[in-house]
Amino acid sequence: MITVRKFDAVIVGAGGAGLRAAIQLSEAGLKTAVLSKVFPTRSHTVAAQGGVAASLGNSEEDHWHWHMYDTVKGSDWLGDQDAIEFMCRKANEVVIELEHYGMPFDRLDNGRIYQRPFGGHMSNFGEKPVRRSCAAADRTGHAMLHAMYQRNIKANTQFFVEWLALDLIRDAEGDVLGVTAMEMETGDLYAFHAKATIFATGGAGRIYYSSTNAFINTGDGAGMAARAGIPLEDMEFWQFHPTGVAGAGVLITEGVRGEGGILRNSQGERFMERYAPNAKDLASRDVVSRAMVTEINEGRGCGPNKDFVLLDITHLPPETIMKRLPGIHEIALQFAGVDALREPIPVVPTCHYQMGGIPTNFKGQVVVPGKRSQNEIVPGFYAAGECACASVHGANRLGTNSLLDLLVFGKSAGESAVDEMKQSPKPHKELPTDAFDRTLERLNRLNTQKDGASVHETQLAMQRSMQKHAGVFRFADLLKQGVQKILEVQKDVERTEIKDKSQVFNTARVEALELDNLIEVAVATMVSAEARKESRGAHVRDDAPDTPERPDGRDDVNWLKHSLWFKDENRLEYKSVNLRPLTVDTIALKKRAY
Amino acid sequence: MNEQQRIRRERLRWHSRRALLELDLVMRRFWQSQPELLDDLQAEQLECLLAMEDHDLWELLSGRQEPADPALQGMVALLRQPTGF
Ligand SMILES: Cc1cc2nc3c(=O)[nH]c(=O)nc-3n(C[C@H](O)[C@H](O)[C@H](O)COP(=O)(O)OP(=O)(O)OC[C@H]3O[C@@H](n4cnc5c(N)ncnc54)[C@H](O)[C@@H]3O)c2cc1C
Repeated sequence: MITVRKFDAVIVGAGGAGLRAAIQLSEAGLKTAVLSKVFPTRSHTVAAQGGVAASLGNSEEDHWHWHMYDTVKGSDWLGDQDAIEFMCRKANEVVIELEHYGMPFDRLDNGRIYQRPFGGHMSNFGEKPVRRSCAAADRTGHAMLHAMYQRNIKANTQFFVEWLALDLIRDAEGDVLGVTAMEMETGDLYAFHAKATIFATGGAGRIYYSSTNAFINTGDGAGMAARAGIPLEDMEFWQFHPTGVAGAGVLITEGVRGEGGILRNSQGERFMERYAPNAKDLASRDVVSRAMVTEINEGRGCGPNKDFVLLDITHLPPETIMKRLPGIHEIALQFAGVDALREPIPVVPTCHYQMGGIPTNFKGQVVVPGKRSQNEIVPGFYAAGECACASVHGANRLGTNSLLDLLVFGKSAGESAVDEMKQSPKPHKELPTDAFDRTLERLNRLNTQKDGASVHETQLAMQRSMQKHAGVFRFADLLKQGVQKILEVQKDVERTEIKDKSQVFNTARVEALELDNLIEVAVATMVSAEARKESRGAHVRDDAPDTPERPDGRDDVNWLKHSLWFKDENRLEYKSVNLRPLTVDTIALKKRAY
Repeated sequence: MNEQQRIRRERLRWHSRRALLELDLVMRRFWQSQPELLDDLQAEQLECLLAMEDHDLWELLSGRQEPADPALQGMVALLRQPTGF
């Protein structure tokens, strides 16, 4: 039995993107439901510490156009320049708005928002690092969620907490009419029937074995979209954060290098001086990650297995560390067993951020290739935040641009949905008769599975395959084998079995359903990565040599295009990158050097 | 374990899913090492702790803070461990 509930809009996800979108809808007077599998302020956005980028220019001169340049360059020219211009121009507005919602930003003595430098953010079109990141101590994401949650409460947003969205509802014309969901407390099934459905489900970093992401990041939105025939864009691009604590994955924020932390190899050398003479330790993440892996591969790693490098802050005044980077000391102590004031911290590049996702335009509308254009709008469907691909991060995201992304595109997805409903008011479209079939089939399969595969083991097999076959450096033969491997794992996912079949609050069932989503993202990643025969941003292939025509292995003649993976037959299509900004000149292709 | 206890346990397990990987790791270690030991009092203490904000809970479990309520000391000690990940 499925109970149907009607709303103007249903938002899946109560992290930064979902909450920002909800403000827009509820404040416009629309009846808005927000579903979240955890309490909103326990969404993964809470983990963000480094800050949110905006060219406020509070500490030194800055300009959105410089920010745009950095973002295009950071993306290795795979980002769409219309969306990037839109985001960088909107940055000040959304950050100030957030300040008005009550966000307690760090301040300068003159009362303005304090800004710190962050990797890849430069002044004057790439000249030297600029202070662009706005933070609230080391609790930026947390403070942001609180401010926006309160704002939503005032605006009467209806929250459905500990509800798991299961599948997208589309009709024969392809319009999106809502989602099916399970209330965890009872195990009961519902359909949220809505005129606008917004996905803000966050990333899927748990497809990798070693990840900075919390366990909740299981790519549910991407999985639901893929099962409903929506392609996933640029899934081969995963950012590896240079400084995950070796072994545990826990992130050491880039702010540490912003405040003066230095990476060293086994000889104590500050090796980033060789790889990025200008930006050094503050170069873009993929550049730093690659440099680290090169040091390790060439035998200059540290420790008994020479498999990590060191992040050194021992030269910084302890007061600076305790004041500006308060959590770092404990993380190093707990997860690496070192006192960071006296000893350097062992770090390795660790999976951190999903650049690809559900394809959207800069208005947050989901777009797919169709008969008329490569970007036809899917009526009623929007996406924002890490689950979406606008695409502003292209092949590599700059730190602090993600919190900005979720503010800007959360807002614009909300705005687009409001505009659509206000400008052409229509009643709810009728639900198709097969609206619940996919969900019921999945649940029925899981409930009746005999002699099946263990959820835990299958998830581990997936994570290990991804780590081995699609890591920081990629190799043609490993990728090929990886595709076979991940397709085998997929077969096991299709026959997972849970021992506990109880209806009420069954976490084993939830984990099995999450794995259904993770595997879609994993397959999309492996298949897209195997197919892309160049190196670009975070996708670095050993067999794409650095030549004058193809600097760093980037092949603009053949590969300056977005990948679109379709679940149906693991099909890949490609669409062109939008190199035309909204108002300024194209930021012309060139080699990406820091 | 009766159905009530099972549900309570499951809820605690779910509430152990946090926004911070640090906490996920600590809680996973806990659930792996204390599978059946949880009595009603411990469940109650865990509920109190898991109702906290992530950063505050992490301050507690990483040893930067001590619990305001001394009754929680035992559970905090159980969850804390110096290294070993
Ligand atoms: C350790 C760490 C530090 C970071 N620091 C920074 C930083 O300093 N600056 C920066 O810009 N970026 C940072 N990032 C990246 C950034 O935090 C994330 O990209 C961003 O917070 C994602 O926000 P979101 O709103 O898209 O998703 P999330 O915050 O992950 O929210 C997802 C929401 O979807 C809900 N959900 C998911 N699936 C379902 C389902 N099936 N049913 C119901 N609800 C569902 C969840 O409950 C949750 O509410 C960091 C990331 C990590 C891992």
